[in-house]
Amino acid sequence: MAMVTSGRQKAGWGTANTVVVALALIPVLWLVSLSFKTPAAILDPSLIPKQWTWGNYSGVLSTSQFIRPLINSIGIGLISTFIAVVFASMAAYAVARLRFPGKGVLIGMALLIAMFPAISLVTPMFNIERSLGLFNTWPGLIIPYVAFGLPLGIYTLSAFFREIPWELEKAAKIDGATPFQAFTKVIAPLAAPGMVTTAILVFLACWNEFLFAISFTSTLASRTAPASLAYFSGASQFTVPTGPIAAAAVVITIPIIIFVVFFQRRIVAGLTSGAVKG
Amino acid sequence: MADIVLDQVTKRFPDGALAVDKISLDIADGEFVILVGPSGCGKSTTLNMIAGLEDITEGELRIGGKVVNNAAPKDRDIAMVFQSYALYPHMTVRENMGFALKLAKTPQATIDQKVNEAARILDLTQHLERRPANLSGGQRQRVAMGRAIVRDPSAFLMDEPLSNLDAKLRVQTRTEVSKLQKRLGTTMVYVTHDQTEAMTLGDRLAVMRSGILQQVGSPHELYDNPVNLFVAGFIGSPAMNFMAGTLEEGSLRTTIGSLPLNPQLRQALERANAGRQVIVGIRPENFEDASLVQSDLRAHGLTFRATIDVVESMGSDVFVYFTQESGLSAGVDQLADLAEDSGMADSGASEETVTARLDPATGITEGQNAELWADLRSMHIFDPDTGKNLSLGTERPASAGPPAS
Repeated sequence: MAMVTSGRQKAGWGTANTVVVALALIPVLWLVSLSFKTPAAILDPSLIPKQWTWGNYSGVLSTSQFIRPLINSIGIGLISTFIAVVFASMAAYAVARLRFPGKGVLIGMALLIAMFPAISLVTPMFNIERSLGLFNTWPGLIIPYVAFGLPLGIYTLSAFFREIPWELEKAAKIDGATPFQAFTKVIAPLAAPGMVTTAILVFLACWNEFLFAISFTSTLASRTAPASLAYFSGASQFTVPTGPIAAAAVVITIPIIIFVVFFQRRIVAGLTSGAVKG
Repeated sequence: MADIVLDQVTKRFPDGALAVDKISLDIADGEFVILVGPSGCGKSTTLNMIAGLEDITEGELRIGGKVVNNAAPKDRDIAMVFQSYALYPHMTVRENMGFALKLAKTPQATIDQKVNEAARILDLTQHLERRPANLSGGQRQRVAMGRAIVRDPSAFLMDEPLSNLDAKLRVQTRTEVSKLQKRLGTTMVYVTHDQTEAMTLGDRLAVMRSGILQQVGSPHELYDNPVNLFVAGFIGSPAMNFMAGTLEEGSLRTTIGSLPLNPQLRQALERANAGRQVIVGIRPENFEDASLVQSDLRAHGLTFRATIDVVESMGSDVFVYFTQESGLSAGVDQLADLAEDSGMADSGASEETVTARLDPATGITEGQNAELWADLRSMHIFDPDTGKNLSLGTERPASAGPPAS
């Protein structure tokens, strides 16, 4: 197809893109703006604060009401991501490479879990966690996060594994590798971009998760950052803590931005180039 | 160093498809054997079974006297070169070549020494620290070869290793593969669909079709004495010309004329209980410009006239093409297979183009009704139903009588 675009097409696309980007970014800008406003200026409709203040940030970052959940979020997120990616890569490898009875059922089940509305699971899981003593603990969140991260991971990773030429694995076998060695020394390094992508997706999901976080936690021992925002209180019971919430929201967004910017190149770089002719 | 014996080896895929049907093949120690056939004939599956990458459904595979049906690839002491080379993209050339030795826990000094030695043989020394992505096709191919030779295996398996190279490089590399095999003296099993490659490389060729081994022999044997229609048409380039023939009281009527049958050939045909319809095969080089054939030779063949459609002068040879009414029934599946392989399937022509290779001294021009001579000493006669070569092992019509023209 000839890639000739007329001026009108260009203008059309430009407008559409601008609208979409604006829709996505204006709320974020507004949030940033709010986080720098003084409590008195919260209702000020201008985007740029008339009076800049770091007060919201210093307040948020000096209280254990936010610092402790932040640590919980990082810890729970990283552990869940690690476990999910390790298991998902093994499962995805099997899904992509092997023919075994029940493969269709397995993929279907994984998809089913991913599709299941979380709200319908909260109550039974709450009871299970209570009786198992997992309520309000890190494992109490890690286990469901891994469970919900796995389908996502298996799907993304099996797509990546399928891209890796099967002959590489055959070559490794001929070279004397056991199936495990073939996986760890040849396939896994090549699937690294896929694993990083999966890790980012799973981490994002864990980091942003709110429903389980607020349902399965009761104290700062395991409450994660998004859940903690709901518990913010103002200076008095009559003040709405808009500024601190905005500041905290900005704080929990920053790691995500760093994460994506840092790994973006790795995701894009196709490591498999040069494996086969072409 | 080891011999490889396939004894009634069969491969049936889980979906029931029979890929390889009872193939038996003895490959001697140090021999260079080529598995050749059109795509889908089971040659790669056979190679993968020898390598241990595919399970053997039935039969026995012995390498160096040991039954290895259930041995993992790593326990068979074989090296393989893949069509796509399958180089590890995240490793340098040095690491690629040393990977097998590293897995075998060979001391680093030995690995270095072997890799350097192989790199020297293959002219890769200056590329050792580069990655496959930065190498040219030919260099990648050599790395793949290097990865096989550093291991000093008892046998090499090659799965169409040259098919990704451009034509010129392929010819050059072909010679190098041959030299390398002679130098190392290691048993080699080589898979290709290219009959020219097969003819030039192998000590012996094993021609396969639809999972069945058709014939095994030296390139010469296959060329001169093909057991059936398929082998006859597959081996040789340009391919053998086929035309319909009818047996009629001691002679064979074809579209180019009536061919005499000597007593021996007639006996052979009778023994084979051949029907009246047969297929006659004549190779392009068995034709000649009649004016260039010495009179004492003429008696060994048939002189006929044909209108020449195309003349192609290659310098050393002149190829002329003329059409004949085909008369070949479409039901001959071996011919259909050959047509499919050459991309000529479904041409549906009722006329058959005959290719003749003539001496460059010929003065034949396009459109001319030329007098040609066909050497009948190298003619083959096939049964159209079974494809079997009925004339095998007989003297072809020599001076049995003057050509009945």
